[in-house]
Amino acid sequence: MTAMKRGGAAVVGVAESDLGIVGPHMTPVDLMAQATVRALDECGLALGDIDAVFAASAQVRFGPMMLAEYLGLNPRFLDGTQIGGSSFMSHLAHAVAAIELGLCEVALIAYGSTQRSVSRSAASPTDINPYETPFRPMMPASAYALAAARHMYQFGTTREQLADVAVAARQWALLNPVAWEKEPLTREQVLSSRMVSDPLTVRDCCLVLDGGGAMIVTSAARARDCGKRPIHVLGTGEAIGHGSISNMSDLTTTAAAISGPRAFTAAGVGPGDVDVALLYDAFTITPILFLEDLGFCAKGEGGAFVQDGGIAPNGRLAVNTNGGGLSYCHPGMYGLLAMIECVRQLRGECGARQIGRHDIAVAHGNGGVLSSQCTAIFGTPATL
Amino acid sequence: MAQPATTAPLETYLTHLARGELAFQRTPDGTPVFFPRLVAPRSGETDLQWHVSAGLGTVYSATTIHPKGEPSYNVSLIDMDEGFRLMSRVEGVDPHAVRIGMRVQVRIASDKDGTPLPLFDAIPQQQASS
Repeated sequence: MTAMKRGGAAVVGVAESDLGIVGPHMTPVDLMAQATVRALDECGLALGDIDAVFAASAQVRFGPMMLAEYLGLNPRFLDGTQIGGSSFMSHLAHAVAAIELGLCEVALIAYGSTQRSVSRSAASPTDINPYETPFRPMMPASAYALAAARHMYQFGTTREQLADVAVAARQWALLNPVAWEKEPLTREQVLSSRMVSDPLTVRDCCLVLDGGGAMIVTSAARARDCGKRPIHVLGTGEAIGHGSISNMSDLTTTAAAISGPRAFTAAGVGPGDVDVALLYDAFTITPILFLEDLGFCAKGEGGAFVQDGGIAPNGRLAVNTNGGGLSYCHPGMYGLLAMIECVRQLRGECGARQIGRHDIAVAHGNGGVLSSQCTAIFGTPATL
Repeated sequence: MAQPATTAPLETYLTHLARGELAFQRTPDGTPVFFPRLVAPRSGETDLQWHVSAGLGTVYSATTIHPKGEPSYNVSLIDMDEGFRLMSRVEGVDPHAVRIGMRVQVRIASDKDGTPLPLFDAIPQQQASS
């Protein structure tokens, strides 16, 4: 089997669409298109250069089709993989492979959601599961609450440690001009906020906002001629653990324990080489699980890792420097926004929240109820 | 009217529930399977056998759900003694009193629309230890 060439493809353009509240008449595909032209602008490419379309949205059943129609594209490679918030890391993995095989040269990955403006129930109807739905779990929060409760039981993780994930996200968000949240948040405020699904309060849950993004990926050779410093894809890994939470065999270990090593092996680096990690924070328990499963700490030690500012600015590891799904933006499937932040950090464009050494970044995506796990590792040209 | 060629696994499951039974499947080598399927995961076997659970299990994880303006309630994952897991609610106790590791027993109740539903009751501790 031929392995993909490490760094053979690179990200040359990234952009968010408008974020926050876009109004009820804006469509998800409007946001995809808006982000696409912004991403093209920063790399000097045009719509006509795009020959592969990757898109997903909970509100658009046939993403690549609708986006190609909107933008008048005639792509020769299409991928509408829909596995929730990790879809876009999966798209990236497939785009890199397709570029490597010569099936396409310039790939567009796009996302758009108007869930805040049309309401979350209208944006993502809950799947009916005859073995779960009758018991009235509050999905997806209850699935993550069950995982958090089990993690607390098995490893002594505390609600204070969960709260510290939200506090760290808020501290980063205050350094990001486009983050939704603008006020400081304390551990006490998290602990005393309204309980949603025990042990998770409303402050342990991600934001419900509109938003979207786009990413342009091309071959390393072509990337050299684009406007920005290319950010290379060093490795990717995909894994699926289950679909429904009642079928997750061990609630304290996700399939990130599989996707992570796949990505790190491909990249030829380890967790200790990572300068910044964007770990999907749908709920405060998820970065704790992913720190463990990706190998930043041992299983069961994620709570201690995040405690007292461990992942806040000037902490032991820069995590979710954009403010994350908890405090920056969560339009429902946040993975693309996590990858955009990785690229900007590695370019050194992040202003007040810019980390010091910035050579290697990890974006880890989560989809469903801890179900699909996809890891992408990025590096500057110096890491090749 | 033409009959379906195959009985849906959910239909067999619901038929058992209507009789007051919590049913699950086993593969030929005895591995428990839940949710019920036509095809066994991994092996691909199609000769899954139905069994009725003795109804005893242990809470694997639990959450108390707090809907706005409504009473809170428990949702749990229950590990059955036969080796399969299902989602359910432990009722008859304060939802916050439901603990991981608690022994529970199934009780087939009815949902609001009359659909039979496997719920659980806590087994008093002295009984659990006997």
